[in-house]
Amino acid sequence: MIGVARDSATLQRTSAEARAAGPGRKHDLRAVKIVWQRELIRFAQDRPRILVSLLQPVLFLFVLGTGLGSLVSGGAGGVSLRTFLFPGVLGMAVMFTAMFSAASIVWDREFGFLREMLVAPVARGGIVLGKCLGGASVAAFQGVILLALAGTVGVPYSPLLILTLTGELLLLAFVITALGVLLAARIRSIQSFFSLTQMLLMPLFFLSGALFPLTNLPTWLQVLTHVNPLTYAVDPMRRAVFARLSPGGHPLSTDVTWGSWRVPTLLELALVAALALALLAVAVVQFRRPD
Amino acid sequence: MEERATAPESSAAVATEGDGDAAVVVRGLAKRYGEIEAVAGVDFDVRRGETFGFLGPNGAGKSTTINMLCTLTQPTTGSARVAGHDIVAERDAVRRSIGLVFQETTLDSYLTAERNLRFHAELYGVPRAGLDERLREVLEMVGLWDRRGSRVMTFSGGMMRRLEIARGLLHTPRVLFLDEPTIGLDPQTRASIWRYIQDLKQREDITIFMTTHYMDEAEYCDRIAIIDSGRIVALDTPQALKASVGKDRVQIQTPDDDAAISALRQRFGIEAAVHEGAVTFAVPEGEQFVPRLFAELGVQIGSVSVSRPTLDDVFLAYTGTTIRDAEGVDPNRAIVAAFRRR
Repeated sequence: MIGVARDSATLQRTSAEARAAGPGRKHDLRAVKIVWQRELIRFAQDRPRILVSLLQPVLFLFVLGTGLGSLVSGGAGGVSLRTFLFPGVLGMAVMFTAMFSAASIVWDREFGFLREMLVAPVARGGIVLGKCLGGASVAAFQGVILLALAGTVGVPYSPLLILTLTGELLLLAFVITALGVLLAARIRSIQSFFSLTQMLLMPLFFLSGALFPLTNLPTWLQVLTHVNPLTYAVDPMRRAVFARLSPGGHPLSTDVTWGSWRVPTLLELALVAALALALLAVAVVQFRRPD
Repeated sequence: MEERATAPESSAAVATEGDGDAAVVVRGLAKRYGEIEAVAGVDFDVRRGETFGFLGPNGAGKSTTINMLCTLTQPTTGSARVAGHDIVAERDAVRRSIGLVFQETTLDSYLTAERNLRFHAELYGVPRAGLDERLREVLEMVGLWDRRGSRVMTFSGGMMRRLEIARGLLHTPRVLFLDEPTIGLDPQTRASIWRYIQDLKQREDITIFMTTHYMDEAEYCDRIAIIDSGRIVALDTPQALKASVGKDRVQIQTPDDDAAISALRQRFGIEAAVHEGAVTFAVPEGEQFVPRLFAELGVQIGSVSVSRPTLDDVFLAYTGTTIRDAEGVDPNRAIVAAFRRR
C-alpha cells in the first residue's frame, strides 16, 4: 500500500519535472515580455505623467540654461550653455523617469498586484527583468521626446547622433531602474521610496557632470564626481554631442580622465552596463527570497 | 466532549483511501513565527472534486495554512501535496495546478478586465491556441463578458471578486484556493458570488479549498475543518458536524398533548415537554425519525417541524466560544475595510 503510494508519487513528480523543463525558458520569456508590455501600457495611459516629467528637464534646459548663460559672456567656450546642458538634461529626464517607473513595484505591492506576479509559476528573475526593461523603455522614450528639442539648442539632428544618444539613454535608464527595483524589494511604503530615492538621485545627478564640466574642480569634488557611476553614463552623451559639433575636439569636451588617462567611451559604457547587471542580479536575489 | 476531541481521526480514515483520490494531502503541517505557533501541526485530506472549507476566527491559522499550501510560505515542519505535487520540492508544479483568490484584491485596476486576464495567461504560460475561447468561457461564467473592455477601477467589489475567480480559473487549475472569497462584501453580493462558485463547480472538474469565517458560507462546503488556535478541532460534513453536536429539535402539534408525551416516553423512551404550544423533544436525525413517529406514535399528529442545530452551535461546542466572540475587536479589519472601499 505504502509502496504503491510512493510509486505514484514518484511518477507524478517525474511528470511534473518534465512539464517544468518543457515550456520553462520559453514560458519565462513570455513572462518577461508581458511584464514589460504592462509597463508600456500603463505609461501610455498616463498622459499627465508624460507631460509632467518633461516639465522639469525643459525648465532646466531653457530657463536655467538661458538665465545662467547670461552670466557667461559669449557662451561657454563658444557654445551656448543650453547646448552644453543638453546631454545632462537628457540624462536627468531619464534618471527621474526611470526611478518613477521602478516605484511602480511599490505601488503594485500596495495594491496587491505584485502578489499576482510573485505567485505565478515563473522564475522571479523573469519578472524583475521585465520590470527593469519596462522601466528602462519608458524612461528612454521620455529622453527621446527631449531629443526632439535638439535643434532648438543648437544640436544638429544627425541620425547617427540620435541613435548613439538613444542607446546611451537606454543604458542609463536601465541602470537607474535596476537600482530602483532593488530598493523597491525592501521598501514597502511609497512615501519612503520616494524620499529615499530623491535623496539618492539628487546628489548622483549633481555629481554626474550633467550641469558643469568635470575639469578644474577642487579635489573633493573631483573625487566625488569620479566615483559616481552616473558620471560614466553622462560623459558618453556629452562626448557624442561635442564630437558632432566640433569634430576636431572642443575645449569644453572635458572628457572624464583617470589621472591623465582619458577613459575610453566604450569602457565608460561597459562600466555602467556592468553596474546595471550587478544591480539586476542583486534585485533578482532580493525578490527570490521567500516572504 | 471527550469524544469530540477525536474528530480529526476521520481525516486519517480519508488518508487510507489513497493519494489517488485526494487533491490535497496534508501531514503534520506546522508554521511557527518565533514564539507564535500559527499552525500547530494539521493533518487532513481534501478529496478530488469536493468543496472543502476551513472555518475559524481570524488569527486561527487559516491564511497561514492556505499560504503554505499555495507555496507562498514555507512550512516549519510537516509536508503537503497539492494535486500530487510536493509544496516545497515542486513549487512551480504546485503553482501551475492551483488557482488563487486572495483576501485582498490583486488586480491592476488601471487595466481592463480582459488585459488583467491576458496578463495572467502569459504569466501562467496558457497555450495561445484556445486562449480566446477560454477567456470568454471564464468571463461568461462570472457574468463579466460584457464588461471585459472596462477598466477594473470602474468595477464594484463583487465584480472584482468575480473577475479574480475567473482569473483563478483561466489556466484550468485542478484546485482553486479561495481565501475568504466574500470578505468585505455585502450579503447580497456574497450570495451572488456563491451562486457563481456553485455554478463553476458544475462546469469545471475542480476541487475547491476555501477559508471563511462566515457560518452560512460553510454550509456550501462538502466538508468543513474547524480550526482554532492553529489546530483542527473537528472535520466532517456540515450535516455530520451538526449531528455530532446535538440532536435535532422536533415539535409536533397534536390534539392531545398529554397522550403524545406519554406515548413518546413508552414507545421511544423520549422525554418530551410542551414548549411554545407544541410537544417538543430532541432526537438525533430528526427527519429520519418523523416517519417512525407517524407510524408508531398512535396519537394523531397535526403538524411536525424539525430544526437542525446550526454551525454556530457546532463551533461553540468544539471551541467553547462563538466565532464572533473569538474574533473580538480587530482594529486592522476596520482599516482594511475602509481601504477596500476606496
